[in-house]
Amino acid sequence: MAEETDPRIANMAEHIALPRQNGELLFQAPWEARAFGIAVALNEAGAYPWRDFSQGLAAETAAAEQPGEAQTSYYERWLTTLATLAITKGLVTPAELEQRIQEYLHQEAHAEHHAR
Amino acid sequence: MSTIHTEHQIPGPGSLADIRTKALESLLIEKGLISSDAIDAIVRAYEHDIGPLNGATVVARAWVDPVYKQRLLSDGTSAIAELGFGGREGVDMVVLENTPTVHNVVVCTLCSCYPWPVLGLPPAWYKSYAYRARVVREPRTVLQEFGLELPDMVEIRVWDSNSDMRYMVLPERPAGTEHLSETELRDLVTRDAMIGVARIATPAPAAQR
Repeated sequence: MAEETDPRIANMAEHIALPRQNGELLFQAPWEARAFGIAVALNEAGAYPWRDFSQGLAAETAAAEQPGEAQTSYYERWLTTLATLAITKGLVTPAELEQRIQEYLHQEAHAEHHAR
Repeated sequence: MSTIHTEHQIPGPGSLADIRTKALESLLIEKGLISSDAIDAIVRAYEHDIGPLNGATVVARAWVDPVYKQRLLSDGTSAIAELGFGGREGVDMVVLENTPTVHNVVVCTLCSCYPWPVLGLPPAWYKSYAYRARVVREPRTVLQEFGLELPDMVEIRVWDSNSDMRYMVLPERPAGTEHLSETELRDLVTRDAMIGVARIATPAPAAQR
């Protein structure tokens, strides 16, 4: 299933096109690749049509270009789009997502503490 | 021991994004909406998503349409764009025609510049130091190692790609393919032939299968 790529995802319009270098997808950290994979996997699983994601990403990109907005990277905007869509589609609730984030933050701080 | 390493205590924007991604992923997996394997497979597939099919389409068109071929050889960038292929990198495409007496081969001696809008991702050997260095010094030997024996009368021309010029080889149309359709011809064209390290063999007649 995942062997075939979807040209609607691979070749999105210029302002939201996937970052590439010499044709290859460019991920600057492992989480960027995960966030990419999650968004596509949800689409393949039928959680939303790709148009919903690309329109969300376009809106996020336009909002980020407003004066006074903090600089964000492509995949930070991607992740915000993904989280927003997961919530509006009812896949996760804001409360459980926030709770899970806090758990991971706590775990990480704990691991750091014991690493000394 | 008493030094406080604050730089690891407050996650920067990168690691907060990392945590948000992990949180979302773990919730979605727990709910059975996606699997970790599916995410891996998707990332792998998209990392290799442009195949050499675009280049093969260009070659097949040039084989059946002599007027297109002329345009392709005189202005590769716009002839390729006619078929809907082109990068956003603002680089020029130059198409090199192989003939019975001239064989072209493409390299990027500096790094790994490659005509990806038509050929997809470069193979690992194309990026290797060995290929980049040796194909310039001893092209005939390197091509032999690829299994391509060229008669001494064939002149080998090596083309070095760079950031604003990308090369692609137009291979010779194999003999005995006069009856094939453009689509059938396209299926014969290989990536290696468009880099210039292979020729396209005459397809085995269907009767032999």
